[in-house]
Amino acid sequence: MKKTVIVEGSKAVSEAVKLCRPKVIAAYPITPQTHIVENLSQIVADGELDAEFVHVESEHSAASVVLGASATGVRTYTSSSSQGLLLLLEVLYNLAGMRLPVVIGCVNRAVSSPLNIWNDHQDAITARDAGIIQLWAEDAQEALDMHIQAYKIAENKEVLFPVIVNLDGYIISHTFEAVEIPTQEEVDSFLPPYQPEVYLTPKNPLSFGAFADWNYYQEVRQIMQETIEKSKEVILEITKDFAQHFGRDNGSLVEKYKTDDAETVVIAMGSICGIIKELVDELRNQGKKVGLLRIRVYRPFPKEEIYQALKNVKNIAVFERCLSVGSGGIVANEVKSVFYGKEKQPRISNFIGGLGGRDLPKDLFRGIVERAEKEVIENEFVAVRTELIKD
Amino acid sequence: MKHLFASGHTACVGCGEVLPVIMVVDTIGPNAIYVSATGCIEVFSSRYPESAWEVPWIHSLFENAAAVASGIASALKISGRKNEAKVVALAGDGGTADIGLQALSGMLERGDDVLFVCFDNEAYMNTGIQRSGSTPFAAATTTSPAGKLWLGKMQRKKNVPAIVAAHNVPYVATASPGYYADLKNKVKKALTFEGPKYIQILSPCPLGWRSDPAMSVEIAKLAVQCGLYPLYEIVTRSENQSGFRGNGELRVTIKVEKRKPVEEYLKLQGRFRHLFDKPEGKAVIQEIQTIADENAEKYGYGEVAK
Ligand SMILES: Cc1ncc(C[n+]2csc(CCOP(=O)(O)OP(=O)(O)O)c2C)c(N)n1
Ligand SMILES: [Mg+2]
Repeated sequence: MKKTVIVEGSKAVSEAVKLCRPKVIAAYPITPQTHIVENLSQIVADGELDAEFVHVESEHSAASVVLGASATGVRTYTSSSSQGLLLLLEVLYNLAGMRLPVVIGCVNRAVSSPLNIWNDHQDAITARDAGIIQLWAEDAQEALDMHIQAYKIAENKEVLFPVIVNLDGYIISHTFEAVEIPTQEEVDSFLPPYQPEVYLTPKNPLSFGAFADWNYYQEVRQIMQETIEKSKEVILEITKDFAQHFGRDNGSLVEKYKTDDAETVVIAMGSICGIIKELVDELRNQGKKVGLLRIRVYRPFPKEEIYQALKNVKNIAVFERCLSVGSGGIVANEVKSVFYGKEKQPRISNFIGGLGGRDLPKDLFRGIVERAEKEVIENEFVAVRTELIKD
Repeated sequence: MKHLFASGHTACVGCGEVLPVIMVVDTIGPNAIYVSATGCIEVFSSRYPESAWEVPWIHSLFENAAAVASGIASALKISGRKNEAKVVALAGDGGTADIGLQALSGMLERGDDVLFVCFDNEAYMNTGIQRSGSTPFAAATTTSPAGKLWLGKMQRKKNVPAIVAAHNVPYVATASPGYYADLKNKVKKALTFEGPKYIQILSPCPLGWRSDPAMSVEIAKLAVQCGLYPLYEIVTRSENQSGFRGNGELRVTIKVEKRKPVEEYLKLQGRFRHLFDKPEGKAVIQEIQTIADENAEKYGYGEVAK
């Protein structure tokens, strides 16, 4: 029977993975992803899941093991954070190019140096160009739901891309929340067994991972771009299908929270959206027309959805927990490009903060909204300890 | 006979690497899945839209062949397809001894059912003959050139078979395409063991070694006959036996009663030419002879024939 339990986010994710019945799991521990690997090890050790748990010596090998297993025709799982994700980035590009539908959990954490084990979004954002679908959860329930959806999206014949499910380190991974865990029957009826059309077997000896020169390489990449764009439709269908099966509608590629008549909208991703929603409610009570647009699917980037949702707002404030050193906001640049050459041009300000786990109180966003209402702000760091910055 | 590695590949004339690849693949037969590391083998066999592979084959990256092979082996095992195929990883010496060593060690330690074959052409040939950990002492490469101060690579060759054997795996062997029967036996024998197996095959590279392409097999023989590339196997388990049995027994498979002086081997290769051209080279050749003498003692080879 379906049950609601109070569990740690990592436990919710591990249960979701178990319910999806991967056959090969390979992962290497890194804070704050560790609880996921530990839980999955226990699940396999207890015989609750018929899977091979491959004890790799690095994240690079973890991703390589799931690459080999996926190419041999079985469902797989790996998970990492921060340095681990960067170490396996090379394999991620490779998985994407080979169009292998592996699912990867990323428990988001800052990237060294300085060494920092707390939450921001630098790790997964750094992987944005690899050719992977990126889903971003707001809470433990959504992290669980997205893991189940991820397999169905990745394995869809019109898609065949790796999928990363992102959940904020500690804030989601280590916090106990009420989570509804679906039953095995429910998941089985939603997610059919993985049956790839081609895989490594002597019965049909194919070559995977060929060497392609300038006559062929570019088109492979172009097809990736065109296909991942088209996967938006599949993602939407699967989200609807999920809602029908499980009674939880996680919304579209973006979640529109009170954006319809809004004058100012904050754009953000991940768990911080919970606090921003509270603020939106407060400001609405004071008669201010404010909303939040939460990016749930970051790759493929939901350009059209953002445009349609925000074309009539006056001000947009993009808040992000990552940075392209030498350029500034990453998500902000993409949001700005959505409106380039379009008829409607909201004013777009962008703010960077919460790096390395710095606390983000509600009032901070109150300030961001106020600032964005007054003027256009570019690349402003928030909650800065000015005493640490000397000229 | 139809080879499982088809003709039409783009290996160089006289390539001493494609030769043992064909020997290995033909010996194993059609029921195997191959993983190639990035390197010459992958490049000369898989240029799209063609492929020389008549067997299922995958290439992922340079350093991860062992891990990809582990993934394949795990997938076969868990889905009840273990009898469908053997899993074989193929890598150059760079993909084995250097950048791939960590993944290889992980695979060996886990005990995955994989045959890992290292094609040891003693340098990074695919990228243009740069030194590797497996490049022998005094060999000139583009990054260990002979110059005013250097006389080629000034460090000794990394002993990867010993590193692998230290993992207590069931089977480790060295081989040479100059001894086809021996090579074939080792591949066959390796596959009788469950778990990780390692074979390192000397693979002369006319381009990189600056040798006559017609002499590749001869050079592969001479390397053994002079004692620089002894052929042996280390068996840690008796056939079809599972479990652990200590450190393994080393058996020399090709005995050399009358050794050739190393000079005979060195002089056929331009990579050692500086040793003959420069006055300081003489002492270096003597050092190389000492390496061969040490091997001879260790592996029971005879004296140098005068
Ligand atoms: C991570 C990474 N570093 C470097 C390279 C460049 N590279 C490709 S093949 C190769 C050398 C291969 O040498 P080896 O493994 O000995 O194989 P060979 O070509 O000699 O058969 C290098 C350095 C790469 N592909 N990937
Ligand atoms: Mg080499």
